[in-house]
Amino acid sequence: MDITSDIHSRHISRQFNHELEELKTHLMAMGGLVERQVQEAVEALLAGDSEMAQRVVENDRAVNDMQMKIDEECTQVLARRQPAASDLRLVLAVMRGASDLERIGDEASKIARNAGDLIKIDNGTRGFVEVRMISEHVRRMVRDALTSFARFDIELALELVREDEKVDEEYRSAMRSLMTFMMEDARSITPVLNLMWILRALERIGDHANNLAEYVVYLVKGLDIRHTDLEDLDEKAITRKD
Amino acid sequence: MSVFPLPQSAAGGPIIDFDSAACCLEIEGLSLAYGETPALRELTLRVPRHRVTAFIGPSGCGKSTLLRALNRLHDLNDDVRLNGRICLEGQDIHAPEVEVAKLRRRVGMVFQAPNPFPMSIYDNVAFGLRLQGGIRKRQLDDIVEWALRSAALWDEVKDRLKSSAWALSGGQQQRLVIARTLAVRPEVLLLDEPASALDPISTLKIEELIRNLKSQLTLVLVTHNMQQAARVSDYTAFLQEGELVEYGATDTLFTNPRLARTENYITGRMA
Repeated sequence: MDITSDIHSRHISRQFNHELEELKTHLMAMGGLVERQVQEAVEALLAGDSEMAQRVVENDRAVNDMQMKIDEECTQVLARRQPAASDLRLVLAVMRGASDLERIGDEASKIARNAGDLIKIDNGTRGFVEVRMISEHVRRMVRDALTSFARFDIELALELVREDEKVDEEYRSAMRSLMTFMMEDARSITPVLNLMWILRALERIGDHANNLAEYVVYLVKGLDIRHTDLEDLDEKAITRKD
Repeated sequence: MSVFPLPQSAAGGPIIDFDSAACCLEIEGLSLAYGETPALRELTLRVPRHRVTAFIGPSGCGKSTLLRALNRLHDLNDDVRLNGRICLEGQDIHAPEVEVAKLRRRVGMVFQAPNPFPMSIYDNVAFGLRLQGGIRKRQLDDIVEWALRSAALWDEVKDRLKSSAWALSGGQQQRLVIARTLAVRPEVLLLDEPASALDPISTLKIEELIRNLKSQLTLVLVTHNMQQAARVSDYTAFLQEGELVEYGATDTLFTNPRLARTENYITGRMA
């Protein structure tokens, strides 16, 4: 059966309601922090702000701590409550979600580190257009993934799965233009490599947002759509209410 | 050939797609009332052979009543009115040619509280066989040992078969009762809350036993303990107010039930 976002507040045990609500709240808080990390990492690059880049690298520790806290809370719920059905799916989705958010945090920190290197080299703004475009795209994906999780919104989640393919295409095309820069001017190889790492990190962030969206489908419908081609996805079956 | 149409869930549609060839018990349109009080309403389901099927549901949902109907324990109660059919291996258990004593040998039952007879461990297990008669001592010894081994009790009692069954612990007594039931080689074993009076370790031993017995016979388990049903059963039927609400593979019923009523019950939500 389909579930709605208030389903975890209807247990006979109010303490259990509270524990599950906490899991969701903490995942959203972690998501908020990770979103900011990505935004600031890209901003640091585009604005040439090395202090900001440094701050993003340092803040990654907070993201890691949050993941460990959420994992611990999930472990407690599993051990004490032996959750079933939608409760079990929530705990699993939160655990997996926290793991992907942590990886997004790692990618943000990679972006910031490469941004720091680039700022030192003073490469100008070559390649920034590509970074800006892809970063806006993946940041919207992360935001939509978190929103779909918060609202149990499957349609939004599926839209996001489709978006990921577009990001992959943008990534490939950006890589091609960066390669021409390198061929034109051998001195640009080092800074362009930094940019490539940044684009690669952004593309990975899109993948992790995509994973989050897949967990939302699992949470709400009990369907595992990981490793399923878009063409094979029977969206009607997924979005049908039962 | 199917004796009955596929069972329907409350939402409609066939829910278990094993064919009747693999079914041991088939229940069709079973209704049962204690006097004027209905206890089971139009129940249709199949119990697959060599599998563990669990009945779960709130107190008074009819799960024990259903279990008892499977070996005609209600026969002794004049107040009970029963409609519908129960078939064991294709034969209606209420058919005139079916002897109740014989049926109960084929369909054994174990209750919540262990009820060993006030006699030795050996005599408990041999009881049913002696009642049947015509078995030599040597053969009896072999069957008693086999039954106690099957019930995972042999190693604990082999040196004191002549001592009183009442000297055993609760968990051992329950396994002894299972051995006593197994001794007459039933095809079906009905278990009504077999572990609810036992400590956690004894409970795990009973659960392990249930799992191991699957290769020999068909098991039907009634339990209040949903985790237990999730742990040991292959199929789970959820009953509420005498109705079969949802019946399906345990794998999906506890992770992704089809109906909100099932979801609410197994996750402890208010209806």
